[in-house]
Parts: sequence; structure tokens; C-alpha cells
Amino acid sequence: MAANQRPLSPHLQVYRPQITSVLSILHRITGVIMSAGIVALIYWLLALAGGDASYATALEVLGSIPGKLLLFGWSLAFFYHLSNGVRHLFWDTGRGFELPQVYRSGWAAIGMATLLTIVFWAAVLSGGQ
Amino acid sequence: MAEFRLPENSRIKPGRKFAATDGAKNTRRFVVYRYEPDSGENPRTDTYEVDMDRCGPMVLDALIKIKNEIDPTLTFRRSCREGICGSCAMNIDGTNTLACTKATEDVSGDVKIYPLPHMPVVKDLVPDLTNFYAQYASIKPWLQSRTPAPPDQERLQSREDQLKINEPSACILCACCSTSCPSYWWNGDRYLGPAALLAAYRWIVDTRDEATGERLDDLEDPFRLYRCHTIMNCTRTCPKGLNPAKAIAETKKLLAERRH
Repeated sequence: MAANQRPLSPHLQVYRPQITSVLSILHRITGVIMSAGIVALIYWLLALAGGDASYATALEVLGSIPGKLLLFGWSLAFFYHLSNGVRHLFWDTGRGFELPQVYRSGWAAIGMATLLTIVFWAAVLSGGQ
Repeated sequence: MAEFRLPENSRIKPGRKFAATDGAKNTRRFVVYRYEPDSGENPRTDTYEVDMDRCGPMVLDALIKIKNEIDPTLTFRRSCREGICGSCAMNIDGTNTLACTKATEDVSGDVKIYPLPHMPVVKDLVPDLTNFYAQYASIKPWLQSRTPAPPDQERLQSREDQLKINEPSACILCACCSTSCPSYWWNGDRYLGPAALLAAYRWIVDTRDEATGERLDDLEDPFRLYRCHTIMNCTRTCPKGLNPAKAIAETKKLLAERRH
């Protein structure tokens, strides 16, 4: 049988998800989510530039339940990408490569993202009044 | 472009079941990937019940027992049975490791065994490692020097310098790390992968080697080196406890420092 007709062994189908790979793909996914969030940000800025009426509409759209849910998702994606990005900066200096450190920094990134999101929304919801 | 689904000819079909012999009390089920190149059929998974009271402790012991006593057509590579040759590298219980040093006891539930991931399969648990070896050869894994060796002795090396290469030299080229790396799965044709990059690092930091600049030049490429995204699956899975991810990070650092 020709070599190019050989079957490909299973990969994603059988490889156990583990904190190393899961956090890595989350970093990629949150990056993509944030790129989509840019569109909302631009919409908000355009509405702001458009004057009182358009800005009021934008606040209504973004302040609706689906709007708030999206904003919450974007904020979580942003804070995870930020926290894990800091982890990558440490790696770029050659630090934190021992497995126990990798696990610790991974959980720290998750914790930090959660904490920052909670603090952010607490500030928004209380400061907005 | 990453192809997440298996090609049509690679999708796994249900296979045969081999029950344990009568009277076996302590049995474990081994679910093993099978592919018969001459059959023209898709790969399948066969299930073997093994009497653990009459089997050695390691997954390799069970595979050898299956081949000897249940199904002689089962094909896999093995040689040293003590974790030094790297032949029996395969995907066991979801991660890549050596069958000879993985205890069956450490796996809960059915013991699922597949070939190293995202590789062309020659037969059963035997992957085609041609590309993997070619990538290793491409980093020129030998000492390159210009100055002649001292006439009556070896190229001596200090203890400190030897310490730098002790760990990367311990790689047995089993390919567990490279085939655990999603980046290698999607770009294995152009990305060298953790094993070859660990080997490259071993020669870059060898103080007797005088081709360090050329070696770094060869790696300075968006694919060959920089497809590493620090996923860390390689270090997580290395059966020898080595750290290819760290070696790659150090190589990237050397390249960054060289520009200043």
C-alpha cells in the first residue's frame, strides 16, 4: 500500500484534555472572541460620535440583557487573555517551565481572570448607579 | 490549515472482542487500535480481556501477553522493555508514553491504547516515523568544529559545561513529545517539533560546538521554531522527565538576545 494512503492515527479524538493544552486553546479562543468584541467597541464609539440620539440607542442596545451577557463574556475573555498573557511574558524570559510551576501559574491565571471580572462588574454595577 | 476531523479512511470502526479464558478472576480490558494495511478496511479497536494474575505489571507486558496468547496478529514495536530505547512509545490512557514504563495499575477503567497521535499508521500500533527522523537529521545532530582537536587528547569539557547538555542528551527520540503537540499535529510538515528542537538546543549550548551561529540561523523561521506556542504538552508527556518546552524557550531567548 502506498505510504500516502496510510490512515492518520487519532489525535484530538483520543488525547486527554489537560490543563496545559486546555489553557492554551482558551488563550486562542479568547483572542478570537475579543476580535469580535472590537466590532461592538467600534459601534459604541461611532454611536458616541453620532450625537445624543445615536448614543442613547447604543446604551439601550448594549444595556439590554443580551447586550450585557455579551459584554460580560467579552470582559471575561479579556481578563483571561490578559492574565494568561502575563504568564506567557514570564515564559518568554525562560521562567516558570517546571511542571508544578506550569500548573500553579495556570490555576493562578484562571483565578486572576475570575477575580478581575468580578471586581470589574462590581465596579460597573455599583459605580453606574 | 488544521484539519480537526480524521480523514475518511482513518475513522475508527468497532472491532472484535476477545473474552478472558475461563477461570480468570482478576481481568482488565485492553482496547487496542488495529489497522491491517492489506485488508483495505478502516482501522478498528479490538477489546482484549487479560488475566492480570498471569501478566506482568506494565502495559507492554499485557501487549506481549496478548500477542503471545490471544492474538498473534497484533503488531507493535518494542525492544529494551526498560525505558531506554523508545520503541514502544504509544498513546495510553489519553497521553503519550512508553508502554514498558507505564504500569497498568496506574490506568483506571479500560486501558485504551492508540498509536502516537496524528501520524501515518503502518500497521496497528506502528506509526511511520520517517518525517520525524528526517527532522532530527535536519538539525545536524553532531559536533561541528573548525578548530582542530588537540593532537593527543579529547576535546575536554568542564563540569559546568557538561551540566548544560546532560538533560537534553538524555532524549531517547521516542517521539512522545512531538506527537503530543497540537502545533506539530497541524504543521508537522514545517514545524520541527519539540524533539528535534530539544536536540538542536543540545548542540547550541554545547561549548565544544563551533556552529552555534549557523544553528540559530537555521532555526530562525516562522515555522521551524516559532510554531511553538508554549502549549507545554511536550513537557507534560515526556516519559524521561525532560523539558523540551524550556529548551525551546531558551533557544528563542538566544535568538532575541543575538539581535541586540
